[in-house]
Amino acid sequence: MRLIGVISKRFIRNRLAFIGAVIVAFMIAIAILAPYIAPYDPTAIDVHNVLSPPGKAHLLGTDELGRDVLARMIWGSRVSLKVGFVAVGIAILIGIIVGSIAGFYGRKIDAVFMRFVDIMLAFPTFFLILAVIAILEPSIFTIMIVIGVTGWMDVARLVRAECLTLKERDFVIAARALGASDIRLIFRHILPNALSPVFVAATFGVAGAILIESGLSFLGLGVQPPNPSWGNILTAGKDNIEVAWWLSVYPGLAILITVLSYNLVGEGLRDALDPRLWDVEI
Amino acid sequence: MELLRVSGLKKYFPVSKKFASAPLVLKAVDGISLSVDEDKVFALVGESGCGKSTVARIVLRLMPPTAGDIVFEGKNIFELKGDSLKKFRRSVQIVFQDPFASLNPRKTVFDTIAEPLKIHKIADKKDMRDRCVELLKKVGLGAEAMKRYPHEFSGGQRQRICIARALSVNPRLIVADEPLSALDVSIQAQILNLLQELKKETKIAFLFISHDLKVVHYFSDIVGVMYLGKIVEHAKTEDLFEDPLHPYTEILLSSAPKIKSDRFSIQRKAPSSKLQTPNSRFGPHSGGFAEENESSKETKLITITGEVPSPINMPSGCPFHPRCPRRFEPCDKRVPVLKQVQDQEAKGRLVACHLWNPW
Repeated sequence: MRLIGVISKRFIRNRLAFIGAVIVAFMIAIAILAPYIAPYDPTAIDVHNVLSPPGKAHLLGTDELGRDVLARMIWGSRVSLKVGFVAVGIAILIGIIVGSIAGFYGRKIDAVFMRFVDIMLAFPTFFLILAVIAILEPSIFTIMIVIGVTGWMDVARLVRAECLTLKERDFVIAARALGASDIRLIFRHILPNALSPVFVAATFGVAGAILIESGLSFLGLGVQPPNPSWGNILTAGKDNIEVAWWLSVYPGLAILITVLSYNLVGEGLRDALDPRLWDVEI
Repeated sequence: MELLRVSGLKKYFPVSKKFASAPLVLKAVDGISLSVDEDKVFALVGESGCGKSTVARIVLRLMPPTAGDIVFEGKNIFELKGDSLKKFRRSVQIVFQDPFASLNPRKTVFDTIAEPLKIHKIADKKDMRDRCVELLKKVGLGAEAMKRYPHEFSGGQRQRICIARALSVNPRLIVADEPLSALDVSIQAQILNLLQELKKETKIAFLFISHDLKVVHYFSDIVGVMYLGKIVEHAKTEDLFEDPLHPYTEILLSSAPKIKSDRFSIQRKAPSSKLQTPNSRFGPHSGGFAEENESSKETKLITITGEVPSPINMPSGCPFHPRCPRRFEPCDKRVPVLKQVQDQEAKGRLVACHLWNPW
């Protein structure tokens, strides 16, 4: 599809977005290759090397139980990535379904669905998640699902707005006049043209989900020790911040850089996908 | 044979509902009737905002009317369900004004043209390519266009693709909603020729919506002139262009650009004896809208004053009376009805004007 060519050209030309994409790709590679590149077992306790500073044996030092920080961070990136993608996947799925039904059918259905979105938006998400996790067992799966189920409203609104304009466009009306079913109209004509803002929202959503997961793990409600996650390494760092700065700085940097990269990619995508620019050039 | 019959069609849009006040309605279409015969072109003419496109959408059953009936091939289209609705969808197609908006930007030309074949299971996978090539050929495009996306085509080419999509189901009626007005003049001629060829070859009837009188003159068989949601004059094309009866039609014709000054000159034979207006205001020569030009035989540009009234707040009586150069006493009181003109029964001409239809 030539359109994809145009979009990728535009994206690559945006230097910051490109750097972001490279970092994101790098993070994904690390997460996938974790078992092969981690220098130690992330849960192996070494009582002789408790809180040893960064050095040759342990590149980023060890934590209060003598576990290698680099290995824990590499394995922890898996958690961040999984949570980010699965949670956003759930959010997008719900958002697209709710948004397209509301936007396409309009009237009462729209009013009911959108008031529900308003109600969901009125909850402070983080505390809602905290409350839900306090009831359910904290695990990576609960986190993914809870973040997804509480994060679909933006996508729903975007998709609804796109649907509202697209369903009045001539090509949708022409398809309707040809006898296309509602399902065909939504999936073949409206959604493919409504997805670019969703992609952008998804990229920002991944960044948000990673932050929420880190926050939950930091509070002890996310990934449970001994399993590593950037958030729970930070918890250990907080307790030892006067003697072991590396426990806080490195996972903190990892979170910062990852979230920043996803946001840069999101912004780059937003510019590259701007439909007003499609017809230009080529 | 009659293919489509629209009777008493009304479409009101609610504008606002303020507390404790009567809801305002916009009367987009206010009781129009028309019929399209097989193999004929009915042109609906009028300025922008008079409700032409709303009629198109209702005829295609894309929008429910407020009142009125539409009968296609003897069946009321609003009662169709299931298979008979599918059959209706195959029989009536639409071509839009803006070829840039009427093609899905994410679909190749092949996908666009093959979609109706899939929906109606007209062709299986093997035949689809052949059918698509055939349709493209019919509208003057090569087979290599199939793999390309709409943004790679010019406006005229896109309009050809839209026509090919409409033809794919072998329709009996094509509703063409200003199919030329978004195109360059040279391209307009090409598309118009294409439509003309199709009309000859395929016996498809057209409901042709336009504001371009030259195109209508060339292409259509019967013309309905619309003003503010109503048909004010209904006549065979030749009759209408030769002798417009309604003042609005007259103004429309005189304002159409001409190459030669005598091109559309209006030689009218006004039945002055039957009119209720004094002859001084309604002379035998059409140029004489302004009284001082009464004796002039040349067609002058008749200028129209004022704006189109809002369809929310319609004027009393005849909707055209605030702008009509020939308004007289009853015009702001009674609404004129579309009726046969007394001395033109043979031609089947209908006009909604007090000048021609004394009450």
